[in-house]
Amino acid sequence: MNYFPDEVIEHIFDYVVSHRDRNALSLVCKSWYRIERCTRQRVFIGNCYSVTPERLFQRFPGLKSLTLKGKPHFADFSLVPYGWGGYVYPWIEALAKSRVGLEELRLKRMVVTDESLELLSRSFTHFKSLVLVSCEGFSTDGLAAIAANCRYLRELDLQENEVEDHKGQWLSCFPDSCTSLVSLNFACLKGEVSLGALERLVARSPNLKSLKLNRSVPLDALQRIMMRAPQLADLGIGSFVQDPESEAYIKLKSTILKCKSITSLSGLLEVAPHCLATIYPICPNLTSLNLSYAAGIQGSDLIKLIRHCVKLQRLWIMDCIGDKGLGVVAKTCTDLQELRVFPSVPFGNPVAVTEKGLVAISMGCPKLHSLLYFCHQMTNAALITVAKNCPNFIRFRLCILDATKPDPDTMQPLDEGFGAIVQSCRRLRRLSLSGQLTDQVFLYIGMYAEKLEMLSIAFAGDSDKGMLYVLNGCKKLRKLEIRDCPFGDMALLTDVGKYETMRSLWMSSCEVTVGACKLLAKKMPRLNVEIFNENEQEDCSLEDGQRVEKMYLYRTVAGKRRDAPEYVWTL
Amino acid sequence: MAKEDLGLEITELRLGLPDTEHVSVANKNGEKKNKRVFSEIDGVGDENSSSGGGDRKMESKNQVVGWPPVCSYRKKNSVNEASKMYVKVSMDGAPFLRKMDLGLHKGYSDLAFALEKLFGCYGMVEALKNAENSEHVPIYEDKDGDWMLVGDVPWEMFMESCKRLRIMKRADAKGFGLQPKGSLKGFIESVGK
Repeated sequence: MNYFPDEVIEHIFDYVVSHRDRNALSLVCKSWYRIERCTRQRVFIGNCYSVTPERLFQRFPGLKSLTLKGKPHFADFSLVPYGWGGYVYPWIEALAKSRVGLEELRLKRMVVTDESLELLSRSFTHFKSLVLVSCEGFSTDGLAAIAANCRYLRELDLQENEVEDHKGQWLSCFPDSCTSLVSLNFACLKGEVSLGALERLVARSPNLKSLKLNRSVPLDALQRIMMRAPQLADLGIGSFVQDPESEAYIKLKSTILKCKSITSLSGLLEVAPHCLATIYPICPNLTSLNLSYAAGIQGSDLIKLIRHCVKLQRLWIMDCIGDKGLGVVAKTCTDLQELRVFPSVPFGNPVAVTEKGLVAISMGCPKLHSLLYFCHQMTNAALITVAKNCPNFIRFRLCILDATKPDPDTMQPLDEGFGAIVQSCRRLRRLSLSGQLTDQVFLYIGMYAEKLEMLSIAFAGDSDKGMLYVLNGCKKLRKLEIRDCPFGDMALLTDVGKYETMRSLWMSSCEVTVGACKLLAKKMPRLNVEIFNENEQEDCSLEDGQRVEKMYLYRTVAGKRRDAPEYVWTL
Repeated sequence: MAKEDLGLEITELRLGLPDTEHVSVANKNGEKKNKRVFSEIDGVGDENSSSGGGDRKMESKNQVVGWPPVCSYRKKNSVNEASKMYVKVSMDGAPFLRKMDLGLHKGYSDLAFALEKLFGCYGMVEALKNAENSEHVPIYEDKDGDWMLVGDVPWEMFMESCKRLRIMKRADAKGFGLQPKGSLKGFIESVGK
C-alpha cells in the first residue's frame, strides 16, 4: 500500500467508514495516520471530558460530524446530582472559533443551553443535522434559532429531552426557503405548535422521510399532514383520539391507505383504542414499532395490532402486553431482531411479564439479538432455554423489578442462567444483570464474555472476587457501572492499569473508600477520579477510611476538568 | 415549611435502610456484612416500622433511588392518561383552589401528606385519625352531591366516588357532632356557602 500515492490511499480510506476501523487505520504507520486524520469527517467521543475540543480539531481539521456523550449512564436513573457537568457550550464555542465546517452534531446526556443552540445556528453555514438525546437545559427559544438560521437543515431530531416550553412559535421560524428537511422529531415537546406552520413546512419538504409529532398535534392535523407527505417512511403519531363518526376520522382511514411507504411507527402518545383499527392497513409493512409511550393502549388492543405486523424487526412495548401477548409476538414476528419491554407506571403492574414470555419469544424469534426486558421474575431454566434458542445476542439487558429476587422455582440465585447466556452468546457486547446473584456469575462472565464491552451490575455479588473476575477476564470491557455491591478497595486497586483500557467506571453504594480512590488517582495520572460528596453538613475534609457513596472515573488526556460543581472532588 | 413536624421523612427517598445508620463493618472473612440487601431497603423486611403500618410498607416499596432503572423522562411520560383522576381541592381561607390527581396516591395517609404539602397546612394526618381534635377537617363531595367526611370508606371506593375535596376549618363545624360516620350535607346547606 505504501507504494501508492496519497490520493489513491485516500480514496481507499473513503470506503472505511466505521470509527473503529478508522482508528485502527491511523495506528498502522505515520503516513496512514496523516492521511487518515486529514480525511476523517466523522468523529465519535464517548466521554466529552476525555479530550479537549482544541485537540479534536487540531487532529481532524476536516471534521464534519461530531458525536458527544456527557453524563454517565446512571444519570438517567437520578443517581447523578444536578449540575454535574456535560456542557456543550465550550465545544460549540471552540469549534466556531476554529472554523471547522461542522455539519452534524449528535449529543447524548449533555447540558445544552439556548445560547449554545443560538451560537451553533449562526456559526456553521452548512450545518445540516442536530440530534439531541436525553439532553436538558434548553427551551423552544433555542429551537427557534436553529429553525431560523440553519438554511440547509436536514435533520432536527429530539429524543427524550427535557425542553422548556416558552410558548414561542418555534416551528414558524423555519423560513419559507427551507425545503431541505428530511427528518423532524419533536415528540418530546410538551407545548403546542402552530399547526398551520407545521402543515406548510411539511408541504414544502419533498424529502421529508421521518416525522414525529408531539401530543399537541390532533388527529385531523395528522390526516392533513399525511396527505401532504405520502412519501413518509417513519411516522410518530401525537394524539390519536377522534370520534369515529367524524369526517376527520373517515378521511384518515382513506389517507392511511395511500401511505404505503411507512415502515416505522411510534408515538400514539394519546390514543383512543377504537381508533387503532385505522392503523391496521399500515401494519403489514412495518419493520419498526415503538409503542412504549402509548400508555393508553391496553394489552388486548396491543395484541390485536401486533397480529398484523408480520414483518416486524424492532418492537418496543410496555409490559401490559403480558406473557400471552408475547406468545402472539413470537408467532407473528418471526423476523424480530430487537425487543424492549418496559414496565408500566406505577411499577409493579400485576399483569406484567415473566420468564414465560421471554421463553416464548426465544422460540419464535431466532434472529433476536437485542433485548431489554423488565419483568417480575426469571428462572435459570428459562435463561438456559433462551441462551440455547438465541445464540446471537449482542445486547442482553434483564431487569427484574425486585432486584435481588432468586429463581422462584428453585430459590437459587440466577448465576447459572446468566452463565448460560454468556457461554452461548459469543458475540455479546452489552449485558445488564439483576436478580439474586453471587460471585459465581462474575466468574462465568470473566470466563466466557470475551467480547463484552459494557456491563451493568446492581445488588449483586458477595465479595471483591466478583469484580476481579470481570476486570481480569473481560478484555474488551469499556464501561463498567456498579451500584449497591460489596466490592471494595481490593477489587478497585488490584489492576489499576485496566482502567486506562476502559472509557469509564462507575461505582455507587459499594465498599470503596476515599483512601483507595486517592491512591488510584495518584498512581494513574491519566484518569480523572471523581467522588461525589453530597453531604453539605459534613466537614469538608475527606477521611481516608470514609466510604465513598459515588465514584466515577474515566480516562482522559484533557486533565482535571474545570467545570466541576462543589460536590465533585477530583482526586 | 419545617419538615420535622410533618413526618415527611417517611416519603423521603433514601439510599440506605430506613431508620438505620450506615456503618461499615467487615467480618472475619473480609466479607462486608452491611451489604444492603434490596428487600431490606424495600421495606419488606423492615419489622421495626412503627406507626403507619400497611401504608408505610407500600410507600417505601418502589422508593429505592433509581430502581427499576427507567430513565426519568420515560417515568414521567408513560403514565396512562385515563388513570389520572384530577379533582378540585379548596381550602377555607385560601384565595384560590388547587387540583390534585387522586390516582397518584396509594392511600389516605399518602393523600394527607399531599394535602399538607399543597396548602402548607399542618395536621392533615392527625385530622384523618382523630376528627375531634384537629384544626382542619377534610371533606369531599361524592357522586350524589353529598358532602362526606374523608376516611370512612375504603380508599378505592373513595377514589371512585370523590368529585371534589374541601378542607374545612373545624371551627366552622362547631356545634356539629362530627361522628366518624356521617353525612355533612345538611350542615353545608344550612351554612349556605
